[in-house]
Amino acid sequence: MKALVCVKRVIDYNVKPRVKADGTGVDLANVKMSMNPFDEIAVEEAIRLKEKGVVTEIVAVSVGPAKAQETLRTALAMGADRAILVVSETEVEPLAVAKIIKAIADEEQPGLIITGKQAIDDDANQVGQMVAALLGRPQGTFANEIAVEGDSVVVKREIDGGLETVKLALPAIVTTDLRLNEPRYASLPNIMKAKSKPLASKTPEDYGVDTAPRLKTLKVTEPPVRSAGIKVPDVDALVAKLKEMGVA
Amino acid sequence: MSKTLVWVEHDNASVKDATLAVVTAAAQIGEVTALVAGSGCDAAAAAAAQIAGVSKVLKADDAAYANALAENVAPLVAGLMADYDVFVAPATTTGKNIAPRVAALLDVMQVSDILSVEGPKTFTRPIYAGNAIATVESTDAKLVVTVRGTAFAKAEATGGSAAVEAVAAAGDAGTSSFIGSEIAKSERPELTSAKIIVSGGRALKDADTFQSVIIPLADKLGAGVGASRAAVDAGYVPNDYQVGQTGKIVAPEVYIAVGISGAIQHLAGMKDSKTIIAINKDEDAPIFQVADIGLVGDLFTLVPELTGKL
Repeated sequence: MKALVCVKRVIDYNVKPRVKADGTGVDLANVKMSMNPFDEIAVEEAIRLKEKGVVTEIVAVSVGPAKAQETLRTALAMGADRAILVVSETEVEPLAVAKIIKAIADEEQPGLIITGKQAIDDDANQVGQMVAALLGRPQGTFANEIAVEGDSVVVKREIDGGLETVKLALPAIVTTDLRLNEPRYASLPNIMKAKSKPLASKTPEDYGVDTAPRLKTLKVTEPPVRSAGIKVPDVDALVAKLKEMGVA
Repeated sequence: MSKTLVWVEHDNASVKDATLAVVTAAAQIGEVTALVAGSGCDAAAAAAAQIAGVSKVLKADDAAYANALAENVAPLVAGLMADYDVFVAPATTTGKNIAPRVAALLDVMQVSDILSVEGPKTFTRPIYAGNAIATVESTDAKLVVTVRGTAFAKAEATGGSAAVEAVAAAGDAGTSSFIGSEIAKSERPELTSAKIIVSGGRALKDADTFQSVIIPLADKLGAGVGASRAAVDAGYVPNDYQVGQTGKIVAPEVYIAVGISGAIQHLAGMKDSKTIIAINKDEDAPIFQVADIGLVGDLFTLVPELTGKL
């Protein structure tokens, strides 16, 4: 069974984003970029399924700027077999990304499509569910644990009240939550090897997908700032404050 | 005036709190029809009809909707949307699972996690873990929107008297089935509606210490219990305790962060709390930059002392 993993190049997890002075967006110039952390978990899960002999080939896909090639090389260094980059220098919304992935899935016929539950830049949490809808296939979102059993996959999902388990007929789409696994670091030899793994470069037009945005961003602003308050010297002073607030 | 269709989150017997904020948001967009999809959900439909601001309730009662499987409910919603302009769902794990599937079926770009309604098709929403707020306008003919519960007041749960109309089920897609769930039963207030929350971080050392330090304080205050991602990853508490960018978004009256350093991903989930209290041994911890009241010191002596003195 083939696995398709979808990865996005985003601002690094540890960088504090700054809003541009002109209010058009977030300043990404000279900012460290990395693979979306949830997508790293997706790549790792595919590799583990391959190590178990469930998955035979892993194809990593990204829709993004030419520089997203680095993100795909990271996926290849972790253990993906080949990669497809769909280049767009302008931002592509989740719906259009989902249409591109749907078209790639039609060509590649994967048994599993695994991707992060959300990207930490736009925080949309949409692509996996949209791909599932467009393919007419089941979805296991916010996965905490997955197990392929014959022609289905059992997915334990993280939900508001705890955990829920669903059984999905393959092919299926899985989106990852934080505790599905802990992604490995690529070793130096594997980083070197990844340079010679195949990476195909495509465009949205190759898949007949119109990426014109449906949402117009009118402005981007800083959130209201919380300023630091006071420090109290001891527990008695804290208790006094809590009493003032009517909490205790 | 736009016609909105609201996803009612329920357990077939009663309506969950998350729905009430969604009704408020939907009422700012247009007329509100509430959809109760479930199995044996008469009581939930009756409860939805009582919510102030709801003008009609659609009830889709079918075994296929018992566990809100997205594969089964999304086609139902997409079909009903022929008569509505905007589908509005809570940004809960249920809403986030279903809404994008509906949006794709309708060929609509969803607006996720809205904070405010600025116009018929214009909303604000957080991006980059809430470090920026985007104002976006949809150009789609129909809209799909999810709502951040803490950003809208809750509609009154009673006072309404909407008619309940049964709608035909769209059947079982046959591609997914519900196996089971592990839902922790707790007498504590739910995190997303708690007035006070006590949250613990990695500094709590282990599950037993988390229990012995955090729980007595929470009990004393009648508070909900939360945790940072680090504490959940380390196995101190289950996943549904996690507060943060990708966990639960909370905004209680008082948020007490114990042994939490304050990574931006955690702050994203709690910085709209009215009063933030931080207890941490590192006086340079980022949590103190957002805390209204800070107490620097060893939590293992300070927290039991605080619990004792309340």
